[in-house]
Amino acid sequence: MTWQGLLGDALLLVVVTLAAVPVGRYMYNVFEGDRSLLDRVMGPLERGIFRLAGIDESQGMDWRSYAIAFLLSNLAMAVVVYLILMFQQDLPFNPARLGPVAPTTIFNTVASFVTNTNWQVYSPEQTLSNLSEFALQFLQFATPAAGLVVAIAFVRGFVAGRRDLGNYYRDLVRALTRIFLPIAFIAAIALIATGVPDTLSGSVIAHTITGATQTIARAPAAGFEAIKQLGTNGGGIFNVNSAHPFENPGPLSNLIEEFLMALLPTSLVFTFGHYIKNRRQAWIIFGVTMSLMVVLLLVIYSAEAAGNPLVHRLLGVAGPNWEGKDTRFGISGSSLFTTLTTAYTTGAVNTMHDSLTPLGGLVPLFEMMLNTVFGGKGAGLLNILMFFIISVFVTGLMVGRTPELFGKKIEVREVTAAAAAMLVHPFIILAATALALSTAAGRAGIFNPGFHGISEVVYAYASSAANNGSAFAGLGASSPFYAISTGIVILLGRYLSMLLLLYIAGSLLAKKTVPASTGTLRTDTWTFGWIYLGIVLIVGALTFFPVLALGPIAEQLAMLAGRVF
Amino acid sequence: MVRGISYQGVFRRAFIDSFRKLDPRLQYRNPVMFVVEIGTLVTLIMSLDPRVFGGPADSGARGYDVLVTVILIVTLLFANFAEALAEGRGRAQAESLRRTKAETVAHRIDESGAKLGDVPASRLHKGDLVRVDAGELIPADGEIVRGVASIDESAITGESAPVIREAGGDFSSVTGGTRVLSDWIEMRVEQEPGKSFLDRMIALVEGAERQKSPNELALTVLLAALTLIFLLVIDTLPPMAGYLHASLSVATLIALLVCLIPTTIGALLSAIGIAGMDRVIRFNIIAKSGKAVEAAGDVDTLILDKTGTITLGNRMADAFQPMPGVAYEDMVHAALLASEHDETPEGKSIVVLAEREGQHVAAGELDGASPIVFSAETRRSGVLLASGREIAKGAVDVIRRAAEKSGSPIPPELDAVTEQIARSGGTPLGVVEDGKVLGVIHLKDIIKSGMQDRFAALRRMGIHTVMVTGDNPLTAATIAREAGVDDFIAEAKPEDKMRRIREEQADGRLVAMTGDGTNDAPALAQADVGLAMNSGTSAAKEAGNMVDLDSDPTKLIEVVSIGKQLLITRGAITTFSIANDVAKYFAIIPAMFVTAVPALQALNVMHLTSPQSAILSALIFNALIIPALIPLALRGVRYRPMGATEMLRRNILIYGLGGVVLPFVGIKLIDLALTALGLARI
Repeated sequence: MTWQGLLGDALLLVVVTLAAVPVGRYMYNVFEGDRSLLDRVMGPLERGIFRLAGIDESQGMDWRSYAIAFLLSNLAMAVVVYLILMFQQDLPFNPARLGPVAPTTIFNTVASFVTNTNWQVYSPEQTLSNLSEFALQFLQFATPAAGLVVAIAFVRGFVAGRRDLGNYYRDLVRALTRIFLPIAFIAAIALIATGVPDTLSGSVIAHTITGATQTIARAPAAGFEAIKQLGTNGGGIFNVNSAHPFENPGPLSNLIEEFLMALLPTSLVFTFGHYIKNRRQAWIIFGVTMSLMVVLLLVIYSAEAAGNPLVHRLLGVAGPNWEGKDTRFGISGSSLFTTLTTAYTTGAVNTMHDSLTPLGGLVPLFEMMLNTVFGGKGAGLLNILMFFIISVFVTGLMVGRTPELFGKKIEVREVTAAAAAMLVHPFIILAATALALSTAAGRAGIFNPGFHGISEVVYAYASSAANNGSAFAGLGASSPFYAISTGIVILLGRYLSMLLLLYIAGSLLAKKTVPASTGTLRTDTWTFGWIYLGIVLIVGALTFFPVLALGPIAEQLAMLAGRVF
Repeated sequence: MVRGISYQGVFRRAFIDSFRKLDPRLQYRNPVMFVVEIGTLVTLIMSLDPRVFGGPADSGARGYDVLVTVILIVTLLFANFAEALAEGRGRAQAESLRRTKAETVAHRIDESGAKLGDVPASRLHKGDLVRVDAGELIPADGEIVRGVASIDESAITGESAPVIREAGGDFSSVTGGTRVLSDWIEMRVEQEPGKSFLDRMIALVEGAERQKSPNELALTVLLAALTLIFLLVIDTLPPMAGYLHASLSVATLIALLVCLIPTTIGALLSAIGIAGMDRVIRFNIIAKSGKAVEAAGDVDTLILDKTGTITLGNRMADAFQPMPGVAYEDMVHAALLASEHDETPEGKSIVVLAEREGQHVAAGELDGASPIVFSAETRRSGVLLASGREIAKGAVDVIRRAAEKSGSPIPPELDAVTEQIARSGGTPLGVVEDGKVLGVIHLKDIIKSGMQDRFAALRRMGIHTVMVTGDNPLTAATIAREAGVDDFIAEAKPEDKMRRIREEQADGRLVAMTGDGTNDAPALAQADVGLAMNSGTSAAKEAGNMVDLDSDPTKLIEVVSIGKQLLITRGAITTFSIANDVAKYFAIIPAMFVTAVPALQALNVMHLTSPQSAILSALIFNALIIPALIPLALRGVRYRPMGATEMLRRNILIYGLGGVVLPFVGIKLIDLALTALGLARI
């Protein structure tokens, strides 16, 4: 580790924090304020959209209507994109004349993009036409917005005196017109300025000085890159994702991309603070989550900086683990990017995660298993609050009252739904991993048998379940077995927990807000913040300890013991 | 109050019950322990025939399987014993309350009082009329319709002084099992057989029929979810291990499962709930549901009557304030004479104070005097001396009117003195002699000793207290300040209580109150926690969700503590149970993979002797922690009133951090013991 590296990483986190506070307030205004910044420009546009779609956006929804609207809109988008991918060879905007896409790949891709996961089992520049890419890019706008507004609806369940969860369509449209489109637009221009290309032309053929010819794929990369990061999508337009010089040419673009993926989920914590009229609470959530992320960052950074002792012995020189990293970003830039992309469940990569040291690789894996280190658009806050419900229930009993969270009593119904939501994530990861490791089809896809193979498989399912989309690689993910199984895990990981949480919001909405007294367990204290974090870690650790022990932990210990595979 | 219960008998029965409760139909109610029972069955079958689950016929691990089975059975028995013990204690407590009741013979009568014949008390129905004579036991809970009697209620309250119960009014209800000492009563039975308060209370402590309270239900759901997670973790382990060519023994997997699922709280949950009810009975309070006790812990607002709860029932004379021109001694003496015939506690206190001030009734002074008896019309009392002097005392407005009528001038200081007394929380009582105002007696409300501390404690718990009184606002404010209550309702009418409860509830607060009169019944029913006094009417007792056998309204405060303690105990043991898992992982995971993944031995931080001893130690620790915590479960975590955050910090340190650290020590010690016994390698 170098002090320059640490300083660079620290600087970015400070900038994110400074930006998140006003952006959090802005987002609150977008959803609740009477007036906000872009009214004059976007107001008429939004009204036009609502009139065209025949939607009464002033109509408040209960949890059922909100959930149904969310599901139906997702289904409609999925069907449209499905059809485009299915018939891309017959549709326009296919300059590279790419052929049909495999059916399992289409299923996996649609499931992956409609859920804001962006797990890619294909090589984009060799598989998808420009039209298909645009269809996916549309989802890269629409699905983070959908996730975000579900979190907003959930939070409204805590707001005293509210009678509905808001209008899904109004929320969705405003999220797009007021948040995602304007910020992505500015970000794309900033990325072009750092050297990211943006063109609709096909590949160019280059003749090298040695006489060989090279086909260089081009794409509308800057626009794609902006929403890829901002929407914590992560699906690259090139196969090597943010390690590709066209997606991420240098340290400056790298910083912009890191900033973009961290911006909205961090801001959402502060938006939440405005909703419950308790900014201190927002700072506590931010503080403990950021602390955890910083610790994990230090773990991966130090592990990568320390390098692999086996390699050191072989080469006779000690040094960092450079395998799978780009000198453009350095050890610190790679470690930070890896930490952020799995914390915020973006899934973009500028480093080959498969090449990380075992302990370094444990960090992104563990973040996706916890799924609460800020997390993706909306989903992250939902998971944090789900664990808040569990934490407040267990610890609330310890102060001798029926537990309350933000003034709402947490009773059988909420605990049942929160416990079920808590079950979903480990369930789909562990069950799918066990299935893959015990079947021939699953074992066939593993490139590196042994402990590392277990890491590769569990990483794939953790990434799918957390709707992250980053790949550890080293896995034949495009085989029908993995395409279908990850697709199913992705869908369950997204919709089951979101529906359960909307159900909780509906139940909370009907409850009176209890005024706080000194006997009430306050959740906006550091004491509670650390306890919450402890419960997240203990539940996460207890659930995933065995598989981590058999994967990265065993591998790290074996590496330190000098064992070679 | 403990009434000679044979604890030896309770233990013996609990021991037998722990075996009886192995019945899966009973275990099914407890998802965590039910999973343990199924696991036990599997290892039991394997101990008998190792091949059933695909194991080799002579793996040499049979001894290990047998040991695991034995430990699992013991774990189940410990859990059952905890519940049985709590049940037994509660049952003994409740049965001692109704012991006398069963053999009672009831003399049934009809409306006119004519005898209908004798029936056993257990065959009485609601609405039956019964006559009880002096020396007989009252056969059932009910209401007196005719007669007055002194009744010995010591059987249920422990209070030896008899109480008077009579038809009509607020003192008409009687409880089964108490004894009529003098006179007779005719009463109407108010309870169906088996439905009396005591019967309901007994049902609350019987594990099998016990209704789980809302928080307990929610906790059970959470524990079931954790159990499911660990079931999943264990189920997915063999395929993963299989990929690394490691085979795991079924007994080890079950051992790990049982260690991980929250057996500690699962085993004690029911005992904690029962013990909470039992503690309520020990305070001589009968709760009609577990929910009511839990709700008591949640109470935000406590509405208390001033008289009898916050202050002693009666006011006491505190000072004499003569009007200008009246000698102090004269005024005190006049007050003494006016109170000599007054048998009320207030009158007696005036006599006591006057005598302390050196005034005594001279011999013959009251010869031929006739008392003026207090009546609702005149609202004054006093004495008409033989000499024709008339001395009277009464409310200041009454005295003022008397003076006006006789044409005497009213001293201008009267208003000032009166107001000053009222402002200081006292009640002014004017003394008038033949129309001339002599002075004002300062009657003072005496706040029960210790009330200030209790209200301070309530404030630390975050409970808002409201005093209800018929006094004027000035007096009420002073008493409220002195006692330390947060708020008061002065000049209160019965419907004010109801209105206040509704207002508080509309703001989302939970309200507790006490009451005894029939006009308290609607408010008792409306309140979230209504503690009815046993001395009160049966309407009040029916409306409340708890009945205090001692009729001591301040006990509401204890009920709140018990409710909180119940929740805290559950939360603390749950936290402890989950925190324990960390150490168990460090014991079992390296042991499981000792051959397949030798590198994992680095995680064997406790340096346990062998894989077998590691697994057995964790399992034994898991079993032993249950009986070790039974006393805590039955007694409850000590509750001291303090702020929520402070309490959370304290409890999380003890039960959270302690729960992480303790098993490391415990498992290591058990491992050392196993090694010493030569059981580490079998």
